[in-house]
Amino acid sequence: MAVDWQAWRAAIARANAFVEEVYNAPYRSAIARARREQDDLFMLLVFSEMMGVPNPASYYTLELQPLMLERFHDWHQRMGMERSPLDHFRCC
Amino acid sequence: MALGYIFYSRFIAEKIYRLDPDFQTPAHEFNDGVDFVPTNKYVLWGHHFTSVAGAAPIIGPAIAVIWGWVPAFLWVIFGTIFFAGVHDAGAIWASNRNKGRSMGALTGDVVGKRAQSLFMIVIFLVLLMVNAVFAVVISGLLVDFNSAVIPVWGAIIVALIIGQLIYRKLIGLLAVSVIGVLALYALIWLGPIAPVALPEQIGILSDRAQWILILFGYAAIASLLPVWMLLQPRDYINGLQLFVGLILLYGAVLLSGPELVAPAFNTNLPEGTPSMVPLLFVTIACGAISGFHGLVAGGTTSKQLNKETDARFVGYFGAVGEGSLALAAVIAATAGFATFGDWQAIYHSFGQGGVNAFVTGGANILSNGIGLNLDLAQTLLTVMAVLFAGTTMDTGLRLQRYIFQEWGSIYNIGWMQKAIPATLLAVGACLLLAFGAGGADGSGGLVIWPLFGTTNQLLAGLTLLVITVMLVRYGRPMYATLIPLIFLLIMTVFALLTQLHTFYVAGDWFLFFLDIVVLIAAILIALECGSVLSKLRKQDNQVKQDGR
Repeated sequence: MAVDWQAWRAAIARANAFVEEVYNAPYRSAIARARREQDDLFMLLVFSEMMGVPNPASYYTLELQPLMLERFHDWHQRMGMERSPLDHFRCC
Repeated sequence: MALGYIFYSRFIAEKIYRLDPDFQTPAHEFNDGVDFVPTNKYVLWGHHFTSVAGAAPIIGPAIAVIWGWVPAFLWVIFGTIFFAGVHDAGAIWASNRNKGRSMGALTGDVVGKRAQSLFMIVIFLVLLMVNAVFAVVISGLLVDFNSAVIPVWGAIIVALIIGQLIYRKLIGLLAVSVIGVLALYALIWLGPIAPVALPEQIGILSDRAQWILILFGYAAIASLLPVWMLLQPRDYINGLQLFVGLILLYGAVLLSGPELVAPAFNTNLPEGTPSMVPLLFVTIACGAISGFHGLVAGGTTSKQLNKETDARFVGYFGAVGEGSLALAAVIAATAGFATFGDWQAIYHSFGQGGVNAFVTGGANILSNGIGLNLDLAQTLLTVMAVLFAGTTMDTGLRLQRYIFQEWGSIYNIGWMQKAIPATLLAVGACLLLAFGAGGADGSGGLVIWPLFGTTNQLLAGLTLLVITVMLVRYGRPMYATLIPLIFLLIMTVFALLTQLHTFYVAGDWFLFFLDIVVLIAAILIALECGSVLSKLRKQDNQVKQDGR
């Protein structure tokens, strides 16, 4: 009798997905929150010059600013600021 | 317990909580991929069960069998059916109906700000006691069963490697799980071949005291590490180990049919053993009803509930799972000894037995049932118990650090808001309790076990109060939660007074003071219950009068 490898692969993939859910579900929020905190710190570095904090890496972080725009709006709202806190940078 | 799940949980779900499959759960309403994520009910049950089942449902029942196996057996069965299941499913339901808010926040919203402050104090006390007791328990196990030293510490290295493998996505989780479990069992096999013992005395420190210091040193470092690095893989391996351990133990019981050598009711109690009523009801907290479950139910489980009706399976069946672990502990501590004399030699005074009796008795059952080598069986069960207690310590210390940091922020104390000083404060408080209660050798810390039980029951009482108030507001019958609430409060206050007398007679002023703190919290909670329920009754009467 021929072994149905495709069915086996599908079953292993399903089992993998299940154990991944079992592994990740309990800590999903703690890890996502830690990642968000790191992202916030990174954003602070990217926008630090605008707040008057000297940043030795500003030459490199400047080109990241456009990429951070969308996240910046989420960030200042999450921090309880309805509008952008930066004088020369109004995102909404 | 199975009948309880089939019949009573259905009654509770349909007639009391009236779980609605069409209710939009917070997991769907606020799905953010972080806190609120709809989760498969079997995965959620596994998460809930492994979070609530730990060393506590083993230690409590294995101490309480000193009054005989029948009282412990009955309290675990009836407690699980009429108390724990109702409490756990109710906590998930209550949180689910309030946007997934935690039990602490819910106590403030539903009952009042005073009750919320009480809730925070009781949580702090529970964490303090659980960390101190578990450190004492682990140190005792590592001294008495030194074959477990290598697998217990080796398991941490296995968890660290697994954490890296998963984080770097080097191989699939299924393969990692198999490798992790095999590595753990290889270490368990190695343990009896290479037992490790610390020097019996270094200065004033006994071997137990040395282990306690090492454990808190480890727990402090572990609680500061990112969760993905150690806690998450450790919890996962523990979960697998829990299922394997339970299957092996129940399988061995079925195969060997061990004889219960402990008396049904122990009429020949050792001197100084307190009265069974009320102490039984606080000695077995986890396994019959535990307030800690409310924290898990409201803190994380309710935010991941896919359908409201899943609360019955996840909450009630989760309690049944923990009850089954407590029953396994009762069986091991009463049927795992060759003669009544052997059993009596272990239970020679109150507070003895505990997890060591579980390991000794359970290993005998495993050895007779499935022919496992006795040393290997002892190592296996010791590792199971230590890993549970150890993970709880990691989490408990982390939570305590958060509490100190929060206090630092409330009272504007800068240094207390930082992670390392707050962790040191938490460790200091736990060490004070571990050595303060047990003396310099740290061997008598189990004296505070019933005190931990009372504090845990108070937490459960507060959760039951929240559920009862909600039931009254929804116009539903409240007896299913009110009767357990009143019973718990009476037994807790009664037990605290009994212990207060014991500590006074023994001149143990440290525990006497701690007992008074818990007693004040218990009386305040009882007064809060009376005040809230009488206010609700007045409002109800007013509505009826206006209606006429």
